Amino acid sequence: MSETFKAKIWKLDDDIDTDIVLPTEYLALKTVEDMKPYAFSPLRPELAAQIKPGDMIVAGKNFGCGSSREQAPEVVKALGVSCIVAQSFARIFFRNAINNGLLLIENPDLHDAVKEGDEALVTPGEKIVVNGKEFPIASLPENLMEILNAGGLVKAMRKRNGLD
Amino acid sequence: MGMTMAEKIIALAAGIEKTKAGDIETVTLDRLMSNDGTTHLTIDMYNKLKNPHIADVEKLVWIVDHNIPSDSPKTAASHKKMRDFAAEHGITYYEGEGVCHQIMMENHVRPGELIFGADSHTCAYGALGAFGTGVGCTDYLYAMVTGTSWLLVPESLKFNLHGKLREGVYARDLILTIIGRIGANGANYKAMEFCGEGLATLSMADRISICNLCVEAGAKTALMEVDDVALDYLKAHGREPKAIVKSDPDAVYSETYDIDLNEIEPIVAKPHFVDNVVPAKECEGVKIDEAFLGSCNNGRIEDLRVGAEVIKGKKVAERVRFLVVPASRAVYEQAMKEGLLDIFLDAGAIIMNPNCSVCWGACQGVIGEGETLISTGTRNFKGRAGHKDSFVYLASAATVTASAIAGKITTADRV
Amino acid sequence: MKHTLVEKIFGNKVGHEVKPGDIITVPVDWCMVDDIMAKFCIGKFEEMGFTKVYDPEKIVLIYDHFLPSTQADDTVAFHAGDAFAEKYGIKNVHRTDGICHQLMTEAGYVKPGDIAFGTDSHTVTYGCVGAFSTGIGYTEMAGILGTGEIWIKVPETIKVQIEGKLNEGVTSKDVILRIIGDLTASGATYQALEFCGSTVSDMSVASRMTMTNMAVEAGAKCGICIPDEKTAEYCNIPYDEKIKNLCPDEGASYSKVLTYKAEDFVPVMACPSLVDNIHPVSELKGTKVDEVFLGSCTNGRLEDLQAAAAVLKGRKKAPHVQFIVTPASRKVYKEALNDGTLEILSKAGAIITTPGCGLCCGRAGGVLTDDEVVVATNNRNFLGRMGTSKVKIYLASPVMAAKAALFGEITE
Repeated sequence: MSETFKAKIWKLDDDIDTDIVLPTEYLALKTVEDMKPYAFSPLRPELAAQIKPGDMIVAGKNFGCGSSREQAPEVVKALGVSCIVAQSFARIFFRNAINNGLLLIENPDLHDAVKEGDEALVTPGEKIVVNGKEFPIASLPENLMEILNAGGLVKAMRKRNGLD
Repeated sequence: MGMTMAEKIIALAAGIEKTKAGDIETVTLDRLMSNDGTTHLTIDMYNKLKNPHIADVEKLVWIVDHNIPSDSPKTAASHKKMRDFAAEHGITYYEGEGVCHQIMMENHVRPGELIFGADSHTCAYGALGAFGTGVGCTDYLYAMVTGTSWLLVPESLKFNLHGKLREGVYARDLILTIIGRIGANGANYKAMEFCGEGLATLSMADRISICNLCVEAGAKTALMEVDDVALDYLKAHGREPKAIVKSDPDAVYSETYDIDLNEIEPIVAKPHFVDNVVPAKECEGVKIDEAFLGSCNNGRIEDLRVGAEVIKGKKVAERVRFLVVPASRAVYEQAMKEGLLDIFLDAGAIIMNPNCSVCWGACQGVIGEGETLISTGTRNFKGRAGHKDSFVYLASAATVTASAIAGKITTADRV
Repeated sequence: MKHTLVEKIFGNKVGHEVKPGDIITVPVDWCMVDDIMAKFCIGKFEEMGFTKVYDPEKIVLIYDHFLPSTQADDTVAFHAGDAFAEKYGIKNVHRTDGICHQLMTEAGYVKPGDIAFGTDSHTVTYGCVGAFSTGIGYTEMAGILGTGEIWIKVPETIKVQIEGKLNEGVTSKDVILRIIGDLTASGATYQALEFCGSTVSDMSVASRMTMTNMAVEAGAKCGICIPDEKTAEYCNIPYDEKIKNLCPDEGASYSKVLTYKAEDFVPVMACPSLVDNIHPVSELKGTKVDEVFLGSCTNGRLEDLQAAAAVLKGRKKAPHVQFIVTPASRKVYKEALNDGTLEILSKAGAIITTPGCGLCCGRAGGVLTDDEVVVATNNRNFLGRMGTSKVKIYLASPVMAAKAALFGEITE
């Protein structure tokens, strides 16, 4: 998880709730693949089609507030988003993202310093560089890194059950 | 040559002395009912007219009953269009008050009237001696704008009812038997007229249930002689007849059937056709996922009483969803008063607000792939109640309730 | 060391003192899985390779979001849940009884001092009886179903102290909305909200449920009230030393203390489209309303229906307004039926639906279209939650909702 990668920025604001990330009416769709086109649709219906694998989302505070629907981080992950950098995350979304192996980074300054379309160099646990400016980032607590390193909670549990 | 009830009502509406089956008459409509199934389409067409106007707004009754409360923004937009248009033009409007045909019977239909409804089960109004028939929204729009329409005078089939239904046998069993006998197109373009001394033994609820389902035999309308039972109902609801018409003794019928009510037994219509009827006992044991007591066919207080009587002190089978849907607010409040809702709640039923529910298959209680529903609704067509690969059996309130308890199709005498 | 209530509950469970920031593994007393997440949760459980659940008695399956079903695929969830329950011997399955968060305490599962997790964010509700409860995703739930435990960071606690008597027409909904407005939608993130003071003590358990239910709207990990005699009565357990000990220590340390005087609260609404966009009703009066929704795990209980009935008794809703009433459970429906509340509401023109999540989850129950305005008693007014993103949702108390239904506009 510590290799540096390059990512194009999509910018969102404060309080991006789970009904925006994935509205309730699409929760009954059979697979996360089916849900992909509807991600962020109440706010920016065109966004899901524009996001390319490897892109990143930069948001304000309280990203992922609202429901415990895990389809929210799953659909973001399915879109190929490499990481979300926000000023803060809602707690259920945070846990769900980690459990699905989606990298979340908290940083207070990045949101106000970048614009949509900027390119960032992300070194997890260390820093983000955009337009020549460096933003230091913290690493995750050890127990979360264990889950991330296992590739998510399912894989961690499979290991526990002696399956992998 | 005498005239049938159907011919007489059309003559009345056409302002002529005489007419006969096969003639085409221009009629003035007494009433025009439309619901949220198609009214938004009617409004769209209306707004495209060059000089749109409504011939007689007093005759229009608009009712939101199919998808209420709304289940999608699209439905909500249809309702809003209807609500706003009704308010702008002063159209009598009901929203969430019950199933359209029940609302019409409780509040509007009068003997002798000719009524268009933008819904196939408009033939229910024959229970009060009114000629009700279903039309599409283009026909509806023409009638709404001109106040008139044309009508091919139908031939009539006569059903002479004798005797009395046995205990545990209901009007639903009777009409399913009749449809089974004449077939799903056995009354195409025709009027089904019910008379005979057996009619007097049937309550208004029975009569509405019978007339309502006649369209499933292809009938243009259904008609019943207006007697004291009908007049009492009318009086209790504060209305007077427009005209009481009776068929002449020498009226011409294309066919006459004699039905002995004593011989009718509990019937089930199997998937996927209403005329696919068998004695209920032949379906004994078919596993069900859902049971539905309600609709314009069997959602009246009499039906709820039958259901409550069967289920009192018993429980709905563990994995069965038993939907109980009163046909109107009046029925709901009456059921409340009589303690029927309490009985259904204790039994584990799902009590819903008055609406078309799963009979319409798009709003509440939709069934999934491979699921089986037993229903007092009007139709059992493939996919009618939800998923295209699902199964609907039609039966009486008693059989439906008994099946909900057993978790499989059975009759009330066996639970 | 002095402890807050949540710290005490965790300490009791793990058998040693805990402090905020500790990462601990806790045993789980109750797992609630709702229909909308059941299929996914079960999938993860099997993918993880578990062959049995840790304790079938502690798992509760509740079907509420998809009831009544409105799409052909909805019932798949019921069959998935039923098959899972059968395979693993789970007996606690509520198929048509009401909203999950209502049932978890009403049906006698969660008791004071318990630790409960659920696959829905409003699992925080059970703090109303002095339990720790919070929402998690289905993957984590799958892990608990297999292991009976979960790791958790002991949260810091924000103390919300309210003293005095609420004015007539002001309810616990107005109180919690105001608190969320003051804290903001992320103001309690990762933290516990502990509600205390004479005003909270005076509240019924139902009113407290409204407060704890909405704790998550300030981002909180949980909301909690100190259990008392009323709690014991509601939970049908003796009011004994064990319960009495479930209270925060004098001098416990809090990350923040908010102090309110009950008399200062006024009727408020959360305006579109953020839960912390709080305004006094006096500023909003005259706003035309298309629909009113009375229900949800926030405000669908008997006292909420009664409060609306008190406003509407002998009167009729405004003609153009849809007034939808969705009782929170079968029990609430029955009680409201038997005490005449439903009759009053029906005569006022309410559409009384079957108990369930209804409009709050936006899949049925009165979904709206562009430019329509709804006054609703539930917990979220997010963009697109109840229809298109142009629907305006105002969150309010049952009293204010009933007034909006009566007059067709927001009214003080």
